[in-house]
Amino acid sequence: MSSNRKPRDKRMSIDEVVGSLESGMTIGIGGWGPRRKPMALVRAIYNSDLTDLTIVSWGGADVGLLARARKIRKLVYAFVSLDSVPLEPNFQRARQSASIPEIVELDEGMFQTGLRAAAQRLPFLPMRAGLGSDVLVNNPWLKTVTSPYDEGHGPEELVAVPALKLDAALVHLNRADQHGNASYLGPDPYFDDLFAMAADKTYLSVEQVVDTAGLTVDTPVQRLLLSRMMVSGVVETPNGAHFTTCTPDYERDERFQRAYAAAAAGSEEEWQAFHDRFLAGDEASYQAAVQAFTEENAQ
Amino acid sequence: MSDYTRADVCAAAIADAFSEDGEIFASPMGLLPTLGVRLARLTSNPDLVISDGESVFMGGTPPLGGKDVVEGWIPFRRVFDVVAYGKRHVMMGATQVDREGNQNISAIGPFAQPKRQLLGSRGAPGNTVNNRTSYWVPKHSTRVFVEQVDIVSGVGPTRAAAAGTAASRFNDIHRIVSNLAVLDMGGAERTMRLVSVHPGVTVDEVVAATGFTLEVPAEVPVTREPSYEELLLIREMLDPKGLRFKEVPHD
Repeated sequence: MSSNRKPRDKRMSIDEVVGSLESGMTIGIGGWGPRRKPMALVRAIYNSDLTDLTIVSWGGADVGLLARARKIRKLVYAFVSLDSVPLEPNFQRARQSASIPEIVELDEGMFQTGLRAAAQRLPFLPMRAGLGSDVLVNNPWLKTVTSPYDEGHGPEELVAVPALKLDAALVHLNRADQHGNASYLGPDPYFDDLFAMAADKTYLSVEQVVDTAGLTVDTPVQRLLLSRMMVSGVVETPNGAHFTTCTPDYERDERFQRAYAAAAAGSEEEWQAFHDRFLAGDEASYQAAVQAFTEENAQ
Repeated sequence: MSDYTRADVCAAAIADAFSEDGEIFASPMGLLPTLGVRLARLTSNPDLVISDGESVFMGGTPPLGGKDVVEGWIPFRRVFDVVAYGKRHVMMGATQVDREGNQNISAIGPFAQPKRQLLGSRGAPGNTVNNRTSYWVPKHSTRVFVEQVDIVSGVGPTRAAAAGTAASRFNDIHRIVSNLAVLDMGGAERTMRLVSVHPGVTVDEVVAATGFTLEVPAEVPVTREPSYEELLLIREMLDPKGLRFKEVPHD
């Protein structure tokens, strides 16, 4: 038997991931707000030539960074928040100057329903969320559907939440093998499996690539969230979710987040200084700059 | 123990909003709602299911910021399941709330280019047509209590009725608790009504701090004082550091 009769090795570099994306694409970003965001990939897009993107995200600094770099033509979100800093300054700036041409604000549960519809290859799924609210007023293209059944309340008219189909999904998990099987080790899977199934291609960054047996050696099989059939590429990016959480590998870097938020809310010069120090280079130089920042502040 | 503070009154009033909910998931957003829900669990409603605000249900009732024995798993995806299931009472904040009980946490000004972008609608549209929803307003003013909200995130009963049975069936705007008063949607044509004023607050003060015509009954009771037991629980157990005073300062 040939020893190469194994699933493909999907390991790639950050640059190769960004190189496989195209301007104008619809890109879903996993995680939740300031939690387990694929920030190394987001930073690389921030520094790329990509433009006119549709970004689909329960947003945090991923949305803030890409909005600041004018990468977003259309934003689909339910909230954008850093939690301990409730309002994301780069997102606020973008909205208040109307610099993102198209805005789709959904209820956060509708967002899940839309991903689920896409994952199930359905045109829509019915839901109550949105009825009566300005979500339907500000997105007049959202339609309702009347139930063919009457449960005794009359046929209910529900929101037909359209499928949120993605050209690509970017997600960050704790561990994966080289084939794209991946596990989360923190408290919450978020919706990374739904993002993956809603997308034509899924690019996965992880803290650590291990061999397949290593995935379940010290953690239950239920933590295996992604199957390799959902994944196109795997990138090992230690600390790659920084400054968001990646429990239990690390928690949110609150001090760095405050520095980010202050720069984002500050003058153009202050943002430029933050950009020059942390964001202008590649991932290795970002991590080195973060390390220096941490050491400075530890003294 | 009789020298209770306004924050203590608010905590007890919030607890009362959850006292008759039975065995459901109580979802408080923010500090005073969390304190009030935990107070309810230690007094009027021990069956309440509470979470750490992150991903687990807690079997006990820890102080603010504390942890307790885990009795269940509630990652975000399962929160959405419970919203649709209906056994949930959420108390959200409100940057604006209007006479018809609509709430705004999305943005101030026109949606296309807001004067001030806030969080986004979060789960408010879904919450308000699926499960019991209350609001907490730490600073009662005409900026918050407005004639009409700029953007409808949370849906009040009139809008829900206009949207049809699917929206109105489970719409249940239960109570609005502020630093001055307790209100509900029991006014004429499902508008906001004054239920009680907190000790030391006059009806005129509440009316002046409200930007729309509030329904005021002929007799407005005073919000009850926290009991000796409640004050002990708040001060000694749930919030010994006095975090509540950051939201509702001493008079």
